[in-house]
Amino acid sequence: MSGDKKGSNGNGHRGGKSFVEDRKRWEEDLYKPKGRFRQDGVTFTTVSSAEVPHIVGPEYFEETGWDPREKLAWPAEYPFTRGVHPTMYRGKMWTMRQFAGFGTPEETNQRYKFLLEKGQTGLSVAFDLPTLMGRDADDPLSEGEVGKCGVAISSREDMDILFDGIDMDKITTSMTINGPAAIIWAFFIATAERKGISRDKLAGTLQNDILKEFIAQKEFIFPPEPSVKLVVDTIEYATREMPMWNSVSISGYHIREAGSTAAQELAFTLADGFCYIEETMKRGLPVDTFAPRLSHFFNSHIDFFEEIGKFRAARRIYADRMKNRYGAEKERSWLLRFHTQTAGCSLTAQQPENNIVRTAVEALAGVLGGTQSLHTNSMDETLALPSEKAVKIALRTQQILGYETGVANTMDPLGGSYFVEWMTDKMESEAQEYIKRIDDMGGVVAGIENGFFQKEIARAAYRHQQELDRGERVVVGMNRFKDSGEKIDIPILKIGEEVGDRQRQRLKELRERRDNVKVEETMKNLRTACEDGANVMPSLIECAHADVTLGEMVSLMEDVYGTYVETAYF
Amino acid sequence: MSQQEEKKIRIVLAKPGLDGHDRGAKVLAAAFRDAGFEVIYTGLRQTPDMIVEAALQEDADVIALSILSGAHMTQFRRVLEKMKESGLDDVLLTGGGIIPDEDIETLMEMGTGRLFGPGSTTQEPIDYIRDWVRENRHDG
Repeated sequence: MSGDKKGSNGNGHRGGKSFVEDRKRWEEDLYKPKGRFRQDGVTFTTVSSAEVPHIVGPEYFEETGWDPREKLAWPAEYPFTRGVHPTMYRGKMWTMRQFAGFGTPEETNQRYKFLLEKGQTGLSVAFDLPTLMGRDADDPLSEGEVGKCGVAISSREDMDILFDGIDMDKITTSMTINGPAAIIWAFFIATAERKGISRDKLAGTLQNDILKEFIAQKEFIFPPEPSVKLVVDTIEYATREMPMWNSVSISGYHIREAGSTAAQELAFTLADGFCYIEETMKRGLPVDTFAPRLSHFFNSHIDFFEEIGKFRAARRIYADRMKNRYGAEKERSWLLRFHTQTAGCSLTAQQPENNIVRTAVEALAGVLGGTQSLHTNSMDETLALPSEKAVKIALRTQQILGYETGVANTMDPLGGSYFVEWMTDKMESEAQEYIKRIDDMGGVVAGIENGFFQKEIARAAYRHQQELDRGERVVVGMNRFKDSGEKIDIPILKIGEEVGDRQRQRLKELRERRDNVKVEETMKNLRTACEDGANVMPSLIECAHADVTLGEMVSLMEDVYGTYVETAYF
Repeated sequence: MSQQEEKKIRIVLAKPGLDGHDRGAKVLAAAFRDAGFEVIYTGLRQTPDMIVEAALQEDADVIALSILSGAHMTQFRRVLEKMKESGLDDVLLTGGGIIPDEDIETLMEMGTGRLFGPGSTTQEPIDYIRDWVRENRHDG
């Protein structure tokens, strides 16, 4: 490879030497004899504990035969390294989407109206833990958790209140819900229908990625197999009925927050998506009918170049597999579109204002990596739910990046950077290796059942903590540059127990008021659908209209599908 | 004294309530293990009854709870009540997670031990637990 190039094109070759030879010369002449190295015990590794070279130059392109036509192409062209749209942010600024929800549906409804007024362009619903686990607010296990880390939604009535006065067909709505995603989606659809909006006019995203729950976030209800079946039901339903809906947001965010490396996040996320695609194809849907509505969701951590490399590599790996393995023919099926959230786990409780800076840098990596939408964390999120002021600063951070800094003017501005291209290639090859291992072990569900993912992530998380404890990795204000006697001066949003009381009361009234004949009839239909292996969406929507609660639907489904307890690895 | 110290410290590490965020719990489980403790990690979604029962069964010196969901006031209170009912008055209840300072004060007044927030090293709870056990362990 390098032989036929040597001396032949002469571009930049000093004295006819190849770049490889020239780099060696520089290392011998200057880097080694004259170099100085810090002795502060801090390693030159990424936040994923990966070694990085001290410099990358044209010798990398020369050695690997790196060809920009093959590796980069142009935006919106295969393999999409440079982005998925032909005009990127000149055509459309990324969607600034702040995840929010707390307390009662009334309170969250107020926050949404506030955010929309401040120029936010899409809503993103955070649910409380009982809702995420498919429990009603009046379930004994919900005690103390109602409305604490998101909004409490136990019924379609709660959803009606959440979207009161909001034009559901004029905005896009993202819902972070997984275990009971199909049920919450049914509430949402039923609420819209009651407002006279037909379901095909609804645009938004359901997170609906149950595999990463088994791998990382652990908010699962049913065992892996019926859980994946429910995801396929929603994909099928969206394909037939709701053309503007993203049925799954295949998520690496939580995998990273659980402690994975960047390459693990990339590989495990993509593998999860491939599992849904394969299962949906098995149901008989041609890949091009549903793939265009799949979206992804990545973390943007503090290691700037590693993240940019990860985003660029993600598009390349996905396009290759969609085209060459699944035989997708539509270009739209090859596109990996993604949402980004800055890394909650990179933030510190100490000197929380510093988190504004971390978040800005992470958001910038998302933008330079070509994200389609972005959530920036608020500075106080390691302490509690974000206050209104902190949320506003986080949103303003995105607006400053988008409208002041000029970074949105030129597409893929880092394309061709020796180091960024090296990093992109490295992320791609490391992730491909993992994906091959997962394929070889029989796929993601097999990997979950044998603890593969959980062990890999636990090991990486522990290594990271040890590096912090030893001071090999610096976190400003936490293990270095500490303030003594720091008093935290940030208003903390506290959710009182009255939220639970209020939600329990509303449920009680709902159960008294509703038509219980209708409830029984729709629940019977749901049971039949579950037992027959039919698509459950139509029955769930019927139940939602009849005021069947979340917990009632979940316990019926648990009856048919069973529950799941994981083996813990540490 | 030295004989007591040779006996391994037994710790029940639990995730109470519905919260599934187990990164911290698992990192600490590994750190406690490497520090020579006998670690009984209960896994997710434990009720106060299950946690206290595990501590009884395992003859634990320490119960540690990891809570990031905001339900700490309810969960710690319930576990304390259950410990009292079961006569576990020589067992330390400690823990960590996202717990505002003023809540930590209230909980410690209620009878918990030290609670650790984000940014703590793994060595801090290890040292704290070792010291507590050295001072409080009865002959058994």
